[in-house]
Amino acid sequence: MLTLQVNGAAHQVDVPDDMPLLWVLRDVLGLPGTKFGCGIGECGACTVHVDGKAVRACSLPASLVGDRPVTTIEGLAEDEVATEVTKAWLDIDVVQCGYCQPGQIMAAIALLKGNLHPSDDEIDQAMSGNICRCGTYRRIRAAIRNVAGAV
Amino acid sequence: MPVGTIAISRRRALLGAGGLLMAAMVPLERSRAATRIVEDQTGPFAPNAFVRVAPDGSITLILPNVEMGQGIYTGEAMLIAEELDVGLDQIQIEAAPPDDAYITKALGTEATGGSTSTIATWTSLREAGAVARTLLVRAAANRWMVDAASCQTEAGMVRHGPSGRTLSYGELAIEAAALPVPAGPVALRDPSTFRLIGHAQHRLDGPAKVAGTATFGIDIRQPDMKVGTVAACPVMGGVLLHVDDSAARKIPGVRDVLTIGNAVCVVGDHFWAARKGLEALAITWDEGVNSTVSTETVYRGLHEALQGPAIVAHTKGDAKGAIAGAATRVEAVYQQPLLAHAPMEPINCTVHVTPERCDIWVGTQVPMRARDAAAEITGLPKDKVFLHNQYIGGGFGRRLEHEYVTQAVQFARQVAYPLKIVWSREEDLALDRYRPAYVDHLVGGLDAHGKLVGLSHRIVGPAVVARWAPEALLPNGVDDDLLAATVETPYAIPARFLDYARREAPGVVTAWWRGVGGTRGVFVIESFIDELAASAKVDPVEFRRRMTGDHSRARAVLDLAAEKAEWGSKLPEGVGRGVALQYVFGSYLATVMEVEVSQMGTVRVRRAVVAVDCGRVVNPDQVVSQIEGGLIFGLSAALFNEVTLEKGRVQEKNFNTYRVLRMNESPAIEVHLIDSTEDPGGIGETGTAAAAAAAANAMAAATGRRYRRLPLTGAQA
Repeated sequence: MLTLQVNGAAHQVDVPDDMPLLWVLRDVLGLPGTKFGCGIGECGACTVHVDGKAVRACSLPASLVGDRPVTTIEGLAEDEVATEVTKAWLDIDVVQCGYCQPGQIMAAIALLKGNLHPSDDEIDQAMSGNICRCGTYRRIRAAIRNVAGAV
Repeated sequence: MPVGTIAISRRRALLGAGGLLMAAMVPLERSRAATRIVEDQTGPFAPNAFVRVAPDGSITLILPNVEMGQGIYTGEAMLIAEELDVGLDQIQIEAAPPDDAYITKALGTEATGGSTSTIATWTSLREAGAVARTLLVRAAANRWMVDAASCQTEAGMVRHGPSGRTLSYGELAIEAAALPVPAGPVALRDPSTFRLIGHAQHRLDGPAKVAGTATFGIDIRQPDMKVGTVAACPVMGGVLLHVDDSAARKIPGVRDVLTIGNAVCVVGDHFWAARKGLEALAITWDEGVNSTVSTETVYRGLHEALQGPAIVAHTKGDAKGAIAGAATRVEAVYQQPLLAHAPMEPINCTVHVTPERCDIWVGTQVPMRARDAAAEITGLPKDKVFLHNQYIGGGFGRRLEHEYVTQAVQFARQVAYPLKIVWSREEDLALDRYRPAYVDHLVGGLDAHGKLVGLSHRIVGPAVVARWAPEALLPNGVDDDLLAATVETPYAIPARFLDYARREAPGVVTAWWRGVGGTRGVFVIESFIDELAASAKVDPVEFRRRMTGDHSRARAVLDLAAEKAEWGSKLPEGVGRGVALQYVFGSYLATVMEVEVSQMGTVRVRRAVVAVDCGRVVNPDQVVSQIEGGLIFGLSAALFNEVTLEKGRVQEKNFNTYRVLRMNESPAIEVHLIDSTEDPGGIGETGTAAAAAAAANAMAAATGRRYRRLPLTGAQA
């Protein structure tokens, strides 16, 4: 039995040791905002925060999370940077199909929390692990810049 | 007539106390009730398949096309709302169920594809809104006993001008429902009075998608549902001989191992158990006749067909004579690879089969086909199959196929519980239905002034339409998708000869892929136009401009793109500028791309400038968004992508071997729209169609050599 701290609440789950955090979130805890895209940490659709850092939930066994807090796209309501990020996303209509966007948003929030005024290179470095097949990259970059200007 | 048979009482329960203003978006899995119960006595006003107004004030628009990122929910809602005279903040939207009312004529079934949605609904959805508005006005005029002409509408209200009285649409719903629907056409707004159309509107699906609450097919949860994942025979046409599941069944959380003719499904409490179970299977396949197919086999077949018989697809004048008499003859062969769709949302489908009914939750571009397939497999009548269409996490043509729905129903009918099938990314790439490989041979003749006098062209490749919609294959055996951007070009060419040698790809099923014939055609035609320009020693933009003839809209986008891209200005060493001009999906695009090719051969697209004339624009910023995204999608394929086969098996496994463009590799993109009052053209696939030609021409400008084989960074380029 594992205890996970997810979005501010403790959850006891009975799952195999090697089960990635992604599937615990989606299929056990019923938090489908975190997406499955590749299963090998290549696409970033499953990005969540563990202890405030962006991690690939598909490649992190839940048993290794320990008592570090996990935040998913569903757990952002009270967060100021997150509020600005989602607002910036909506202001310029970043999303298309939207499937990768929870991962993109989690990656962007993690970037901005550590560095409110990232350079283009720093944005590239933080965001290039997140694939978007619809090709919304230009708008993601613009939205991140707009947050930097707004906060 | 299923529209209007949604349970209104249930809808009220979902929406709370009712009232006029509703959230713009309800999650789709809630928006279509699981059962179709006949409405209660106070049923809604539903004058057609697209508009419903309920007495509680809720206004629901049923949208015939599916949302897969292209912004069509917003665009189609704008068309209806413009004429119905409601704000986008006053409506809810629903995905259309399978029904004849939602058939896209150009596609012959209820389908979203081929950049047809706005073209197909530009008039019909405005009419649907206008009919509803006309009846609501009549209902108000009847109640007030005044002339309907003295009433106006605004934001979901009817107002009687002289007296100032108002009634909301909801208050009029019951009376409007009793009125006969006008038999003839109703007047549509003068475009100069549009409040929504042509004015940028935020996407209706934005808030849910940003909050992570939008439900995609893969997010469906049903009571007692279990999750399965699948291994199908990796060689097309192969069948299952034997599976040893003894190890798999010992894995905690594994519940069932199911088989069908060519696939095995392991079912678990969650995806991880299913996946571990699948990995523990020992499967023996009979791989069948395709077990020796390789990429080389595919290309060899295509190149062989450059000689030999072919079907004449199009002629104009005496092209062969003109070429024979030309001062200069230019010739090229272009090759394009098999491509995968690889949408971000892996293939999935949730099915619950009971003796009485079958429910399917899936994101599909072809809901009617998916429903009909399920009816056939289960033996249930079609009206007992309920397909709940969901947001699509990337379509690109992949979800114009419904074989994964067929497969899911075949597994789900073996169990009593709702079964969600989720393919791994590896399965998605191994069992995709692929964009065909093509080979094109072009010969052009230039006169002494460098003018194109004749063009001869052979296309070799599969006829996707022969499988997807056999009735649409032309009587002469030509797939007319292959003529897109090829017969109709933005150019006046004096003499043409085009023929087609059909060669089906061995070992794979081929399918539609974003840009369809336009993606193949623009690469070939625009690469060759560049080669002709080079041979004539004329600047590529100037060469094209001279050829545009009567195509003034083409000339306008070409000039605009050239101007905005500073065509002709100096570029750093190793950087080239390329142009592509196209007319396809009813829209004109000119694309100028700047590409850097390093000494080591590394290719980087620096900048893309696109000028667009797609006729009247519904939602301008979404046109820009589609061009941006379409270009990126096209560039991923143009630069990197090729599906390869060895021993009948696809070799690309995941995004580490099927590389797609990332943010740090993406160019700056500028899109410039031309004001137009022409009817709308399609836009969702145009950027993709432009990408390869513009990039290849820019690389040629950078390096001085031609790139005739895609992908542009591949070994064969």
